[in-house]
Amino acid sequence: MDQLIAVCIDGVIYSSWLFTSAIGLTLIYGVMKILNITHGSFYALGAYMAASVTGALLARGMEPMLSYVVLLASAAAVALIVAPLLERGLLRFMYTKDEVVIMLITYACFLMLEDAIKLIWGVDPYFVAEPYGLLDSFEIGSLTYPNYNLILIGIAVASGLGLVYVLNKTRVGRLLLTVIHDPEISRAMGINVDRFYLVTFSFGAFLASMAGAFTAPTLSVVPAMGVDIIVLSFAVVVIGGLGSLQGAAVGAVIVGLVRSISIHFAPELELFVIYFVMALVLAVRPRGLFSVAEARKI
Amino acid sequence: MSDSKLSIDQVTMTNPGRDRTVVAVLAIAAVVLLAGLVAPQWAKFLLTIALAKGLVVLGLLPQMRTGLVSFGQALYYCLGAYAAGLAGKWAAVSDLMVMILIGGSVAGLLALLVGVLLSRYRSIFYGLLSLALSMILYGLLVKTEALGSTDGFNVAPYTLFGYRPEQDAVRYVMLSVVTIIAAISSLVVHRHLQTPLGRMTTAIRDNEIRLEYMGASARRVIYVNYVIGAVLAGFGGAIVASAVGHIDPEMAYWTMSGEFVFMAILAGTASVLAPFLGASIFSAIHSFAFDVSPNTWQMILGASLLLVIVFLPEGLWSLFRRARRA
Repeated sequence: MDQLIAVCIDGVIYSSWLFTSAIGLTLIYGVMKILNITHGSFYALGAYMAASVTGALLARGMEPMLSYVVLLASAAAVALIVAPLLERGLLRFMYTKDEVVIMLITYACFLMLEDAIKLIWGVDPYFVAEPYGLLDSFEIGSLTYPNYNLILIGIAVASGLGLVYVLNKTRVGRLLLTVIHDPEISRAMGINVDRFYLVTFSFGAFLASMAGAFTAPTLSVVPAMGVDIIVLSFAVVVIGGLGSLQGAAVGAVIVGLVRSISIHFAPELELFVIYFVMALVLAVRPRGLFSVAEARKI
Repeated sequence: MSDSKLSIDQVTMTNPGRDRTVVAVLAIAAVVLLAGLVAPQWAKFLLTIALAKGLVVLGLLPQMRTGLVSFGQALYYCLGAYAAGLAGKWAAVSDLMVMILIGGSVAGLLALLVGVLLSRYRSIFYGLLSLALSMILYGLLVKTEALGSTDGFNVAPYTLFGYRPEQDAVRYVMLSVVTIIAAISSLVVHRHLQTPLGRMTTAIRDNEIRLEYMGASARRVIYVNYVIGAVLAGFGGAIVASAVGHIDPEMAYWTMSGEFVFMAILAGTASVLAPFLGASIFSAIHSFAFDVSPNTWQMILGASLLLVIVFLPEGLWSLFRRARRA
């Protein structure tokens, strides 16, 4: 029984972390049709910025409870500086190119950002464990979980529901749906499509760097941490269907549960099952679970 | 307007009177074989690896001409390497040619199965499914203790037709074998692209539905190209396994597939020689930039990829064609 509960709780925690990491990817793809490999760079940048800034401030005697605000602020800083630079400086000139070509362009940017991170922060690992240990823990049966995990779950739920609300219930959201549906007509109707692209890209990048920032306290921040997260996020959003928010949520839950089941019962299959599920879903539903059929263009 | 321009290009490309690919392949192979006699050991090694990876990229070329980019070519590269390595480990196979053939056939066999599924996919989904498949292999290998999990295992030195080369000659013999295989493969792919089936590759990229209205099967073309790509990647993997003497699961990781796509974009897909140019330039940047500043070599790679995509969308090879036309 205990193990069953553990599987479920681990699955939920891992799912929320996956969802936060992947949702920005699906948002950017849904609006701009860019499969953004720099997503991993933003994740790593967020983690580095959060770990170094929080660490430095804590060393100067900052009130420890403020560190959560600092984590969030560092993630926002990363997204506000780097994302507009990338979108305005490079990507906006590429929108006419093929989807695959844009993906390769973001791959090139990913390679450059990887080294930029090493140049700025060096190759030694960063640790900032305080925010993780600061809160108490909760108990279920004989199992103890740090309360920090509740923050991760909270962030996932808040960002998911927040996006759904903004998209469906606000003026900006309705305009964005129009842009998704047909950018050209939207432009003709007087919608500032460029600004929507800039904001979407930056916000998607912010979601990635926030995922990185709040993951930083749970592990050591090392170079190449963005490399793994990309394929993992791909798996999550592809299972759900590229560009679909519900899809990303379902994908995250599926991957999270599958992984936690495998870790508890067959740890040697951990990585295998994730991508096996991805391939299986693609084999049955080529565009993912929550996708709309698209007519072939002549 | 653009249609007529395209057809002129294609005429000049395939006009038998002006197609010097066969001569060029043979000449370059001869030059490499001769240069290998005087080159230092490290250069022979680098060239061997570059040619082996060039073989993998050569396998990407027909796929990319159909407009499909496989982000999982490392699947077959790694599979070829492990098949060759395991043949040596379990069946005491040490002959280089046999190892390469085993690598290619195992990769090809898997592709015969997987290709049935993958040939239904287009654009970004083709890349994503192939990515997932390569990550499945990675996930399996990383956790398989019997195969050394993340450490991989060592591959014993090779023999060739029952003869074990002297210490000094090991690298030259290897280079020669790779050069000959690369030359033969290039010519085969070049020939394949001139058959009716091969010529349909570019037609698919231009307009798949029109092609199917004319009675051709796009899926069949994509399937054949996919299997060819897998066999070549298997060759490349087996060669690298033997040349380096060690294999590990990183060979199946997505960054490896990214490297192959990188090389293919760098040189372009205009000629069967381009993949080897791309692989050589990549290796050169990799080893020299890594030497100069280990922390910025990826930045140099990324910047060059970006410059090529933006300013030379058809790759470095298009420089040759421009020069010839001028």
